[in-house]
Amino acid sequence: MIDVSHISKSYGDTHAVQDISFGVKKGEVLGFLGPNGAGKSTTIRMLTCFLPADSGEVRIAGYNVANDSIEIRRHIGYLPENNPLYMDMGVVEYLDFAAGMRSIPSRQRRGAINRVVERCGLAPMAARNINALSKGYRQRLGLAQALIHNPAILILDEPTIGLDPHQIIGMRNLIREIGQEKTVVLSSHILPEVAATCDRVLIMNNGQIVGSGTPEELSAMASGGQEILVSIRADQNHIETVLKALPFITAFEHVSEHDGLHSYSLQANDDEEVSERIFDAVVQNGWRLAGLQRKTINLEEVFVDLTTREAT
Amino acid sequence: MNSIGVIFRKELRSYFSSPVAYIVILAFLGITYWLFFRTFFLANQSSLRPFFSLLPWIFLFLGPAITMRAWAEERKMGTIEVLMTFPVLEREAVLGKFLAAFLFLSIVLCLTISLPLTVMFIGYPDPGPILGGYLGACLLGGSYLAIGLFASSLTENQIVAFILSIVLCFALLVIGEDFVLFNLPSALVPICAYLGLGAHFENIGRGVIDLRDILYYLSIIFFFLFLNQLALESRKWRS
Repeated sequence: MIDVSHISKSYGDTHAVQDISFGVKKGEVLGFLGPNGAGKSTTIRMLTCFLPADSGEVRIAGYNVANDSIEIRRHIGYLPENNPLYMDMGVVEYLDFAAGMRSIPSRQRRGAINRVVERCGLAPMAARNINALSKGYRQRLGLAQALIHNPAILILDEPTIGLDPHQIIGMRNLIREIGQEKTVVLSSHILPEVAATCDRVLIMNNGQIVGSGTPEELSAMASGGQEILVSIRADQNHIETVLKALPFITAFEHVSEHDGLHSYSLQANDDEEVSERIFDAVVQNGWRLAGLQRKTINLEEVFVDLTTREAT
Repeated sequence: MNSIGVIFRKELRSYFSSPVAYIVILAFLGITYWLFFRTFFLANQSSLRPFFSLLPWIFLFLGPAITMRAWAEERKMGTIEVLMTFPVLEREAVLGKFLAAFLFLSIVLCLTISLPLTVMFIGYPDPGPILGGYLGACLLGGSYLAIGLFASSLTENQIVAFILSIVLCFALLVIGEDFVLFNLPSALVPICAYLGLGAHFENIGRGVIDLRDILYYLSIIFFFLFLNQLALESRKWRS
């Protein structure tokens, strides 16, 4: 759906985005993660045709951004950073303006507006002026604007910034719901948000992509292996001799002992079947297994790891 | 084409939904009426001449006051990013905003209708100069608005936009004034006399509607609207 190859963008001496490439498949939810100033917004502005790339090519829905900018914009719904709104307008008036700009015929506008008002939970605020809306509702209105023409692609720059935790959850649910039928690109510097809403994550730092993959893959990438928590009921010495002998386990640590149940934290290599193999070892030795869990390292650790690795 | 109309309607509504518009209208009418009637009965002539000779100077403030917000506000609030990622060309957005400002100015001008009515009630003025005067006022006002829109697209500060438009309009108005022309090197005189905004207005105001004067104003309007379009597009090639 979106195909970006080797785009760069500089502002004077600052290289905001340097030679990045990525693709987004139809129906996928892609998250840009990165510290402030990493180049997320610049990348998004190049996707939405607000800024052209200095070099490289962006293709969206089969069109080239440089040549068919207007055509591409028809397929995109966009919520820019900080959700700019015309404060002197009313909610419905603003959506009607957006519908007009999207060339929705006047007979269908009423329906389109009702649909997004309903969808984004704006109904109780429909009669208000925008400047009388709370931040959460303003954000919903921004999203409603982006959805008014039922676009195939939705691009959201920092959609939950400045919201309270309750509103963040509401917004996230809304995005996840929309993500089931549309291609969504969003940016954020809040890690759990990306983990909760995205199928795939691109981590950006200093204008470059420093990591990409599903939230799970990124965890594995950061640790350079995987961590497994296992609880076994058996003799401690016996367990440790066997664990030492297993080739795919690089290190282990005795975490706790409770009523003869020993918990270990294992560092394993990238072998996909580590869990199965540990299970096999348990069976062969006639131990009793009380727990076997692959620990996912959370995104914060990946993020800090990837972005600091870049800096050094 | 459709987007021009949509932007036009939005802009027009936002003019009338803000109290600033009404203040501007009242101030304009108050000052104009005062200055006109102050000398009208003394001069004892049933003519609108004094009114039309005031207009270029009063419009100097009215025009920029109308347009200062147009782009500066969009830039400041960031709404320009919403607007320019809609499927709309820069020139369509510029044209939509210009037409709205122009209609607003025309409405304000219509509100001065009681002046010619008063004069016609009292005496027998020549209708030619009155019609010509209003046509000239529209064209001159349109030029001010185009300049003002351009100035507004250069900054995100409305006050800066306001002052800058006044300065630009003022410069273009006075280069055609005799006082300036006397002091210029003779090679520049015909060019400056032609470029000055005021002389063409006086021609039309006499009731002589010359195509060249109309073309002059249309060129000024298109030139500054084009500059406005370039200023909007400059975000794409400026680094």
